[in-house]
Amino acid sequence: MKLARRLLIGVPFVWLLILFLIPFLIVLKIALSDYAISIPPYTPTLDPAAGWDGFKEFFSQLDFENFTFLTTDALYWKAYLSSLKIAAISTFITLLIGFPIAYGIANTPDEWRPSLLMLVILPFWTSFLIRVYAWIGILSNEGFLNQALIWTGIISEPLVILNTNTAVYIGIVYTYLPFMILPIYATLEKLDASLLEAAQDLGCSRTGAFWSVTLHLAKPGVIAGCFLVFIPALGEFVIPSLLGGSRTLMIGKVLWEEFFSNRDWPVASAVAIILLLILITPIVLFQRNEQKQREQTK
Amino acid sequence: MKKLTSLSIIALMTTTSLASSEEVRVYNWSDYIDEELLEKFEAETGIDLVYDVFDSNEVLETKMLAGSSGYDIVVPTGDFLQRQISAGAFQKLDQNKLTNAGNLWDLIKDRTAQYDPDNAYSINYMWGTTGIGVNVQKVTEILGDDAPIDSLDLIMNPENMEKLAECGVYFLDAPTEVIPAALAYIGEQPNTQDVDVLKKAEPILTAIAPHVKKYHSSEYINALANGDICVAFGWSGDVLQARDRAAEAENGVEIAYNAPTEGALMWFDQMAIPADAPNAEGAHKFLNFIMDAQNMATASNYVYYANGNLASQEFLLDDVITDSAIYPSEKTLENLYTASPYEPKTQRVVTRMWTKIKSGT
Repeated sequence: MKLARRLLIGVPFVWLLILFLIPFLIVLKIALSDYAISIPPYTPTLDPAAGWDGFKEFFSQLDFENFTFLTTDALYWKAYLSSLKIAAISTFITLLIGFPIAYGIANTPDEWRPSLLMLVILPFWTSFLIRVYAWIGILSNEGFLNQALIWTGIISEPLVILNTNTAVYIGIVYTYLPFMILPIYATLEKLDASLLEAAQDLGCSRTGAFWSVTLHLAKPGVIAGCFLVFIPALGEFVIPSLLGGSRTLMIGKVLWEEFFSNRDWPVASAVAIILLLILITPIVLFQRNEQKQREQTK
Repeated sequence: MKKLTSLSIIALMTTTSLASSEEVRVYNWSDYIDEELLEKFEAETGIDLVYDVFDSNEVLETKMLAGSSGYDIVVPTGDFLQRQISAGAFQKLDQNKLTNAGNLWDLIKDRTAQYDPDNAYSINYMWGTTGIGVNVQKVTEILGDDAPIDSLDLIMNPENMEKLAECGVYFLDAPTEVIPAALAYIGEQPNTQDVDVLKKAEPILTAIAPHVKKYHSSEYINALANGDICVAFGWSGDVLQARDRAAEAENGVEIAYNAPTEGALMWFDQMAIPADAPNAEGAHKFLNFIMDAQNMATASNYVYYANGNLASQEFLLDDVITDSAIYPSEKTLENLYTASPYEPKTQRVVTRMWTKIKSGT
């Protein structure tokens, strides 16, 4: 019995060990190494044949200079800050759009809901890359949007949207919207209508009941949705590089330059480790929130 | 010699397979071969060809340095090849298997030997220059009939650039191409390794940056051909492809390419076999196939780049071999400079400078 229980708990631990901890340690090791023209392009590599001395030698060559290097150039912290800003604003816009949609779906008659949910999920059947490329066609100067606006006479000169931060926001909000809608919908769907009736019976207005009951109970879904959008948006690379301009500064692009243009895997790894540390903070907050929720429901 | 900023690997498959298990995997630049050649190779040898494409040396190099790419033939540019050779990424060619080696052009072999001594690891596929493509009519309308369309003054002088900005100027998104040009413009050694000299390019390029519509390494072909832009700093064959597309479309756009008189970068795309190629034997067969005079001519006639195969020249179309934008005159050849790979520390300065020029940060 005890063994079975241990096995059961062991599975997720082994999972985390293989898919998170070991890769993390490999990246950390590269971050502490030095650049070299070789395959792979960094030193030192561990030579198990050299025994204990080889081990000592290996560890003596690791150092933190790549991390101190990141502090010497304003580019890195500016890119981190700019990514945080873009991710935060996108998350907020996604929430503003996603909540009403989730609320709307949750309040439609039962027979409609599956089809509406289907419509939310349907875009996933097309490759993410193609969907982002499609936005190039929509947003470019000669794109559908500008053509339609000029045709209707709303504007006379095409709007410059593509290759600006606005296009990046549009891309992120569009791509991650389902991640916001689904968790919020999941909480709203479970919402007991009698609680709202009770609030109104006790003299609360409809809007008052919405604010103090619906919104309050939807909070876990809102928080989950925000994290699901914020975390991938922070490290986003594809959307800014396809839709953004050369002035769109995001850490994903900086990481790419380190890796591909400078071929400096150690510094690229250091950038990635710091990104991970920045991401871990909201993840830990999220976990704690989840735990609190669970304790409350007990 | 094309670099798109980011996403890059578009798989292009050609499978007219003859139920054989042997396979050669080729990783070449996009838009860089006549696809009939691929079918011809499969028909002649019975080997299945898997043909993938990339559009940036950086992406190729990262695959090479990570190891186990699975490719049998790759096509890095000279300066990138040199660094990858020193990293141990390639195997020496077995000259006995390359029976068509006599077709190669000594003039080009001498030049590529600076990257690959004795040409032991690679053969030249195509070579070209980096220069200025212009929409002749639009540029002369703006700058007058004596517009310096064959001079770096056109694109490095902020006064000209300010005026040209209204009709659109694209630059390659390739610091290793643009920075040497800026240095050539101010009379410095373009292929310098000296960080202090390299930094002199920054104010030049920063001054013109506000007038550059976009830094991109492949979109300019269509943009030039459609008349969306009037000037592009790009690769010779690409500009010529734009010229042809415009001529085919009969849209009245006339494109001209010039290697700048101040000197232009001459580059070489080299075919090499990775050290861990799964089918080195088949790779040699492919190399030998490409070194065939007629096959190489077919490729050049299609992509408008010069090749390193002297024997192929008799099979080249007249508008390829006589075009001085493709096969420059002796005098222009003297005026061309080559690039050498930057040291890692210098490379970092160059990349950083490029980010700063483009993004202002």
